[in-house]
Amino acid sequence: MEKLINDFSFGLFFWQIIIFVLLLLLLRKFAWKPILNAVNEREEGIKTALDSAEKAKLEMQNLQADNEKLLQEARAEREAMMKEAREIKTKMIADAKEEAKAEGDKMVASAQAAIESEKKSAIAELKQQVASLSLEIAEKVVKHELSDSDKQMKLVNEMLGDAKLN
Amino acid sequence: MYFCTDFTDTIICSKMQRKTLVRLLSVLLFIVSFSAVAQHGMDVKEIAPGPEGNKTKKEEIKEFINHHLLDSHDFNLFGSTDELTGETKHYGFPLPVILWDGGLHTFMSSEFHHNNGVVVSNGNQYTLYHEKIYRTDAEGTINYDEKHHPTNVRPLDFSITKSVVMMLLTSLLLLWLFHSLSKSYAKNGRLPRGIGRFFEPIVLYIRDDIAIANIGEKKYKKYLPFLLTTFFFIWFLNMFGLTPLGVNVTGNIAVTTALAVIVFLITTFTGTKDYWKHIFDPLGDGMPWVGKILIYIILVPIEILGLFIKPFALLIRLYANMTAGHVVLMSLIGLIFIFKSWIGGPLSFGLSFAISLIELLVALLQAYIFTMLAALYFGFASETHAEHEAHEGEVQHL
Repeated sequence: MEKLINDFSFGLFFWQIIIFVLLLLLLRKFAWKPILNAVNEREEGIKTALDSAEKAKLEMQNLQADNEKLLQEARAEREAMMKEAREIKTKMIADAKEEAKAEGDKMVASAQAAIESEKKSAIAELKQQVASLSLEIAEKVVKHELSDSDKQMKLVNEMLGDAKLN
Repeated sequence: MYFCTDFTDTIICSKMQRKTLVRLLSVLLFIVSFSAVAQHGMDVKEIAPGPEGNKTKKEEIKEFINHHLLDSHDFNLFGSTDELTGETKHYGFPLPVILWDGGLHTFMSSEFHHNNGVVVSNGNQYTLYHEKIYRTDAEGTINYDEKHHPTNVRPLDFSITKSVVMMLLTSLLLLWLFHSLSKSYAKNGRLPRGIGRFFEPIVLYIRDDIAIANIGEKKYKKYLPFLLTTFFFIWFLNMFGLTPLGVNVTGNIAVTTALAVIVFLITTFTGTKDYWKHIFDPLGDGMPWVGKILIYIILVPIEILGLFIKPFALLIRLYANMTAGHVVLMSLIGLIFIFKSWIGGPLSFGLSFAISLIELLVALLQAYIFTMLAALYFGFASETHAEHEAHEGEVQHL
């Protein structure tokens, strides 16, 4: 302890205080403040950059989600459109079928009607021809039959006999 | 040599528990300081008794070491001794001597080397004895007391000594270094350049892990310039001490005292109400006043003593560590000249090399510890009650 006190140099103490305080003030003004400000600024910069990156990422995600949504909507719309188209197609086909069927039916019906009328007129004509033919035949038969009186008498008798039966 | 009072130890320990790194460092410090003590002890034994033949050489080395540890009025770069005449020539440059002895006396230290070592200035004679200036008569007589201490009058010595020169150089270096670092940000787009890339992380470490960790986010800014300046000032001077220039600035009690006084003043003048309350009323409302009085008779003086012990431990720790390092290193180098053999020489060289490496670590470590503890004391001084409570909870958590 005595050696320590003996070694203590007041002059050195004095200079140390002066130099140190001066150094502290100078460094504070010319070094520490600018350095710490620069570092703080940089850290703030990094922080804001990170924040904005995060924000951008979020925005990106939102955008992506939006895109996804839009895509899904588009897909749904396409699906709906296709479904509609398919429905329309089936309906059209069905309609066409129905129409065709109706037309066909109508055609068949009219054909049948035509056939019927043709048939009727054919039958009528046939009847007429059969009638005239039979008249001719009958005329010829009668002419032939009534060429002698015996045969005429016989016929009259037969007819009378039929009439009695009636 | 690691001086640490129980009081500071408990403080350090409670705070240090928070960081593994810090704990690791303190363990390292302990090992280093222990080995330094061991080495030191061995050397003293080697030098002191010894066989008769080598005694003069050993005494010479011992004297050289003691001389080296002292501040000097000349800036010696190296010296050589003529084997035949025994005269020692020193190469270096003289420094101005400034004395206050009833009036101002200034002259160059080179004048001590002429005229039988006596300098006449304004009618007073002065001489240099063991790097201290004494007022003397025309012949340069020095009177001794029974313990062989000079009894001559010592004038107030404000000389620009070797240490002062080194402090000035270090200050200029620091100013240049960190000013250029601060300017490099503007030039280089917010990034440091050159050597600043090495120093910037250290600055940030001191800010984040010393200042903010011990003082707190709110108040650290006020103390940070001091902590940074102290750290780099001590570290650089410690490193200069390891150069062959042989300057032992931080191993000088006056220098460490000055630093500790500044720490004490800052702690005292920035102390909050809660800080003083903690000293004069440490138990608070936890106890009725009758009980408190009895305890406070013992407790309050201890707390007040603690105010002074804390910076005192700081100054002794730095002084002792640096001095011990220099003694060990120079003793080991001195062993080379004592052994003068093929075994002893390389052995001493190897040992001193190893100790040099450890000293490099100690140089950094002592700067770190000084700054760390200063920050810790500032933290206590600036702590408010709410923070204190929060902090207690944190400690209990661990």
